[in-house]
Amino acid sequence: MEDTIIRVEHVSKLYGLNKAEAAKLMEAGATKDEVYKKTGVTVALWDVDLEIPRGKIFVIIGLSGSGKSTMVRCFNQLNRPTSGKVYFEGRDLAEMNKKELLAFRRNKISMVFQSFGLMSHRDVLSNVAYGLEVKGVPREEREARAAEVLAMVGLSGWEHQSCAQLSGGMRQRVGIARALANDPEVLLMDEPFSALDPLVRRDMQFELLQIQGKLQKTVIFITHDIDEAFKLGDQVAIMRDGQIVQVDTPQDMSARPADDYVRAFIGSADKSKVLTVRNIMITPTSLTKLTDGPAQAIEQMRKNALSTVYVVDERLRLAGILTIQEAIRAQKEGLAIRDVIQSQVPTTSPDALVADVMPLAAEAAYPLAAVDEDGQLKGIVTKASVLASLI
Amino acid sequence: MDWLFEFPELLDIDTDAIDSAVRGFAVWAGGVLDAITDGLGGLVNGIDWLLSHVPWPLLVLLVVALGWKARGRLRSGVLYGALFALVGAVGYWEMMLITLSIVIASVLISLVLGLPVGILLSGSDRANRVVRPVLDTMQTMPVFVYLIPAMILFGTGNAPAVIATVIYAIVPVIRLTSLGIRQVDREVVEAAKSFGSTKWQAMFKVQIPQALPTIMTGVNQTIMMAMAMVVTCSMIGARGLGMEVINAVNRIQIGRGLLAGASVVVLAIILDRLTQGWFSDRKKGPGGGKEQ
Repeated sequence: MEDTIIRVEHVSKLYGLNKAEAAKLMEAGATKDEVYKKTGVTVALWDVDLEIPRGKIFVIIGLSGSGKSTMVRCFNQLNRPTSGKVYFEGRDLAEMNKKELLAFRRNKISMVFQSFGLMSHRDVLSNVAYGLEVKGVPREEREARAAEVLAMVGLSGWEHQSCAQLSGGMRQRVGIARALANDPEVLLMDEPFSALDPLVRRDMQFELLQIQGKLQKTVIFITHDIDEAFKLGDQVAIMRDGQIVQVDTPQDMSARPADDYVRAFIGSADKSKVLTVRNIMITPTSLTKLTDGPAQAIEQMRKNALSTVYVVDERLRLAGILTIQEAIRAQKEGLAIRDVIQSQVPTTSPDALVADVMPLAAEAAYPLAAVDEDGQLKGIVTKASVLASLI
Repeated sequence: MDWLFEFPELLDIDTDAIDSAVRGFAVWAGGVLDAITDGLGGLVNGIDWLLSHVPWPLLVLLVVALGWKARGRLRSGVLYGALFALVGAVGYWEMMLITLSIVIASVLISLVLGLPVGILLSGSDRANRVVRPVLDTMQTMPVFVYLIPAMILFGTGNAPAVIATVIYAIVPVIRLTSLGIRQVDREVVEAAKSFGSTKWQAMFKVQIPQALPTIMTGVNQTIMMAMAMVVTCSMIGARGLGMEVINAVNRIQIGRGLLAGASVVVLAIILDRLTQGWFSDRKKGPGGGKEQ
């Protein structure tokens, strides 16, 4: 049973005067554009349900105007939903009074912004210490903590620089440090790397993964870049016109897109970096056991029109590969299969990324065997299946 | 068809009634008005007393120091100090100090009232809609129109001058404080809120410091408008350089008028540069200004 930290139930957010009328139209199945034309109400979110697992990176992806930024601001109540509920650890955020909401923002959740949101009148250190400052942490203590987090994001020695003197990547490191200084449970990241150039972005993604691995925070990450979403996300939610289209792991989403929109969206992604061997491997049509005789093996190959078969032991662990020539030789010379199989077989793990096994699959004379940690044969990867996964 | 070319004057407003109402109010509220008059007069005189009890070389040096600090160059400081001393050298030192006192008093009151109003307006669109026409009126109503009631209510001299000046000069500091706070980057304000700032904390720790360059422009504008108003206010008896200009004009003494007028200009320039300097200094310096 997975531990849910935030639950979103039927959340809608409408902007405009005639919200009731607009809600009625939406319920009757009108599109966002039709509702806007008829009532002048903008539907930013409509009936969103989400469950955010604790300690994972949850990515919300969508084009601009899909409601993802509105959604992320519902988690810390910078936006209040028009209807529906957001629960944090079972508590309804809308029911918190002012004091409780302040405490929630100060201790449980913090946010990183697309254009950094740094306070240019403060130096790096006091930007990072801001959250602690409003909480009333004494100066010495909060500055020590801020310096500690700055070290974690690799900005030691920059404490007393002005933010204006930093590069984009460094500014966002300050933004991340500021968000981490409060030691929150949830980190909201609203397109944090979109303003950075591609090389810096890659570094920052890597660093975010490292930080998350170390601190095990729940991260809710907003992006419009599918590669980024698949690279970072344990789970990805695709939004369109204020509604959730699909929530899935990157692998399952690539393998089974819910509709054409999702398919088109992930069409732009480099799938080999998302799909694992498990997604593309095929079950071998024939298996030969070590205890079988050569005659049985030859019969198997003849029946399936194969020139090689995989040989497994009695516990389905991969023993090796048997070619038709060797099988015939064994039959003539009265040898056992064990004596003629090739045990040096290229293998891979079912969890390896397709991108990583590509060179191996290209060079190997035989299909790759996908073998789990116990040595059991789970499937085989042919050159054809690798190529087919990319289109 | 004559009626088409003669505008129907249907509303006959009894302006005499307004006159007597104002006079009546002056009598009715006499005690309060006198207290205000005394307070304002005292404030101006106090500042003047302070300024005239500082040895003049020290004041000149102060201008040099402030100019140096504000513009970042010793040369600028020396230039402003020299200009300041020049006004004294042509015989207007004491008048200049009086003018300066009225300006300082008016600006102080404008800031004390204007900054909080600007801050309040920044947070409420409704209040902004209500107050905007009032501010427009204060800025565009011909000053002579309220100089007369000011004189009836507060007599002649420095007190009504301060009030008339404040009415005129308070507008930019209100407008630019409100504007500056509204213009603070949305994400920066969101960041402040998202970390659990109270409204008060967000305002004083983030919004106002971020808006400071714009607010300082407003302060500078207020100072300049107060300076411009001081000459006009001499018509109701404010003393100082303005009085000298009016006297010269009345006696058609062109040279004297020019000299006094030039002194007003010099003082205005010095005040402008000294106050604008802080703003541009912030912009250049570390941490100051908005990143663009």
